[in-house]
Amino acid sequence: MSDAAVPAAAGAAGAAREWRRFTPAERLARFATYFLCVAAIVASLRTVDVIPEFLADAPAQVQDLFVRMWPVDWAFYVTPRNTGAQTVHAALLDTLAIALLGTVFGLVLAVPFGFLAARNIVRLSWVNWLARLVLVATRSTSTLLWALFFVAVFGPGALAGTCAIAFRSIGFVGKLLSEAIEESHRGTIEALTAAGASWTSRVLYGYWPQVKPAFVAIAMFRWDINVRESSVLGLVGAGGIGMAMNAAIDTFEWQRVALILLVIFAVVVASELLVTWLRKRLL
Amino acid sequence: MEPSASPRALPGHVRPFAMSRAERIGWIVFAVLAAWAASRIDPSWARFVTGLANAERFFDRMLPPIFTPERELVRGLAESLQIAVLATALGLALSLPLGLLAARNLMPGWVSWSARFVITVCRTFHPVIVAIVFVKAVGFGALAGIFALTVASIGFVGKLFAEAIEEISMKPIEAVRATGASFANVLLFAVVPQVLYRFIGFIAYLADSNLRNSAIVGLVGAGGIGGTLFAAFQRFDYDYVLGILLCIIGLIMVGEALQLAVKKVFRQ
Amino acid sequence: MATPRPTRLELAGLAKSYVPGKPVLSGIDLAFEGAALTAIIGPSGTGKSTLIRCINRLVEPTAGAIRLDGTDLTTLRGDALRRARSRIGMVFQEYNLVERLTVMENLLTGVLGRTSAWAAWRRRFGRADLERAWALLERVGLQEFANARADSLSGGQRQRVGIARAVMQEPALLLADEPTSSLDPKTSVEIMELLQGVARREGIPVIVNMHDVDLARRFASRIVGMSGGRVVYDGPPQGLGDDMLRQIYGGEDWLQ
Repeated sequence: MSDAAVPAAAGAAGAAREWRRFTPAERLARFATYFLCVAAIVASLRTVDVIPEFLADAPAQVQDLFVRMWPVDWAFYVTPRNTGAQTVHAALLDTLAIALLGTVFGLVLAVPFGFLAARNIVRLSWVNWLARLVLVATRSTSTLLWALFFVAVFGPGALAGTCAIAFRSIGFVGKLLSEAIEESHRGTIEALTAAGASWTSRVLYGYWPQVKPAFVAIAMFRWDINVRESSVLGLVGAGGIGMAMNAAIDTFEWQRVALILLVIFAVVVASELLVTWLRKRLL
Repeated sequence: MEPSASPRALPGHVRPFAMSRAERIGWIVFAVLAAWAASRIDPSWARFVTGLANAERFFDRMLPPIFTPERELVRGLAESLQIAVLATALGLALSLPLGLLAARNLMPGWVSWSARFVITVCRTFHPVIVAIVFVKAVGFGALAGIFALTVASIGFVGKLFAEAIEEISMKPIEAVRATGASFANVLLFAVVPQVLYRFIGFIAYLADSNLRNSAIVGLVGAGGIGGTLFAAFQRFDYDYVLGILLCIIGLIMVGEALQLAVKKVFRQ
Repeated sequence: MATPRPTRLELAGLAKSYVPGKPVLSGIDLAFEGAALTAIIGPSGTGKSTLIRCINRLVEPTAGAIRLDGTDLTTLRGDALRRARSRIGMVFQEYNLVERLTVMENLLTGVLGRTSAWAAWRRRFGRADLERAWALLERVGLQEFANARADSLSGGQRQRVGIARAVMQEPALLLADEPTSSLDPKTSVEIMELLQGVARREGIPVIVNMHDVDLARRFASRIVGMSGGRVVYDGPPQGLGDDMLRQIYGGEDWLQ
């Protein structure tokens, strides 16, 4: 690149050269997006039904709440509120059981749907479509809503909770799984097909090993969420620690509520640490 | 070297596709835990059968879905939308600086540790639990829902922001610093371009999550369609319940489509 | 575009130890003045990169003074340091472009030192700056790539953007840290020609860190040889004999 040969045309045009980062169409689209977001916020602010006095009172109320929660009722952990009820400890074990079994069933059921929804495994598009529909429907219904349904079907208790966790997980895990399957490497499958492998062999030895790391990661992700979800299912009667919390809130026993909140905090953190440790060892 | 008489077999202790010892132990532990969990939950065949009968009756009453009273339905959905929008906005406003403060590659240790602690606390509790606390604090209605979901947003997206910032390359930052740019300009030109597209994805994910959650915080009185749904449920108006559910699902799907559109606009 | 009077850079007793007791640089005394391309050569780990980075304080010197046109850079902080940095351009071994930004935006980062954050966010840069950016793009032959993303360019093209970015600052001094180490031989020559051209046209000292001695001999008007954190040779390329090279690099085999 020689210095001397600076093109004569540079600057000879006289007119200033423009530089725009985005084309007019792009700028319009970006501006429209910003505008719509701001409009949505403003519209919501103006129409939301909030009583200003409550808003102003909020800090004082929150403070009052924390005062009432202290000192924490540690004894409640092992003392049932009355002779028929569960101790917090027992309720906690129930919660963990719900989370575990629910996740397991969810994972087990998600695998077939995930494979059926993957367009490179099953070529029949109506089957794909149906599987995706199942996944979307189970995903869009929140765990608590599933819990409501199962309480009506199976009656209150941990069974309803387990099914709720399982069904919600199907959609979540299934979608991520089908995406992971669709992104898997074609070369391996081609090699297996060329060697004459059957459909099951191809799935088991071709797709599954590729998908396994992603599946494990998804499973741990979902487990994390499910531990949290299991803690609230009791609010609608689906078993676990949520029921104890609901009872305590209804009777304004805030010190007991505080204990339960701390227990939930400890369990969630412990579960996360476990998952992080597992992740380091497995991936 | 003389040729061997027969092809050499694999060493006896290596079997292809066999599980390692650690894996086997893992599976055993897992099976024990699962059995314990099953014993607690006590699923019996009888319960299952009665459950199926119940379910059948349930579906009978759910179909066909109805959508009246519409005013109540529309008001509930609108309130859920308001809660979702405002919680996302407020949550973002708080999570962006928090996420930046929590990035260990840009901030001193004590700052990032404190920010991470705040984010973790916000993440630990289920939005519904937080909603209960806020209902006590600020009363029933949308305000409690907005605050509750703001807290949930911080926990959800603050962590993602911090991780994205921690993964950036320091080289462009070094180069832009070397030109004498101010801190703001270094952020704008060296940090933001590296994370912007991922951030837009996170924001879309957050909006979707808040939309889903806004439908259920009403269950505990924090406003939105959840309250309407719960009331209908307790009245045994299962056909109305299905109608509401279908509207919620429809709203979520519209939200997902919008997300895709926004991501396209900001694709670099 | 030459600076009004020749730039003068003095390094006095410059020293740097990352670990106390193990100095990477020991008592460097060097002076640079006027339009010239100086090559700093020496084996890896001898402190060449540290030296270059101390000048614009990307690395903090442990001792010594760095005087640019009379001002000691080691005493500057905050805004004053930023202003000083905006007068020093730097070219990096791995280009250090912002990959997701376009070539033009990367060029304009050169003037961020004097652009407000608000204007920078809206991408509203001054007319004069834009004109200069276009002129520089043409000079390095990349005018069609103005709106291409930086990571879509080849290594040589990216380094050209890096040089253009540095020259955008209208610097009084240009530093280059192993600018050709990641490039193939032909591209390396092109880059060195560009750097030589910058020294001539802008009339500023260009200090280049490199390990390719032949390239250094071909393009530099002055060579500084370093070994063990000290300057062992400072003079024209012609004076760099095999004996001296052996002293700098140690071992004879690679000379064949």
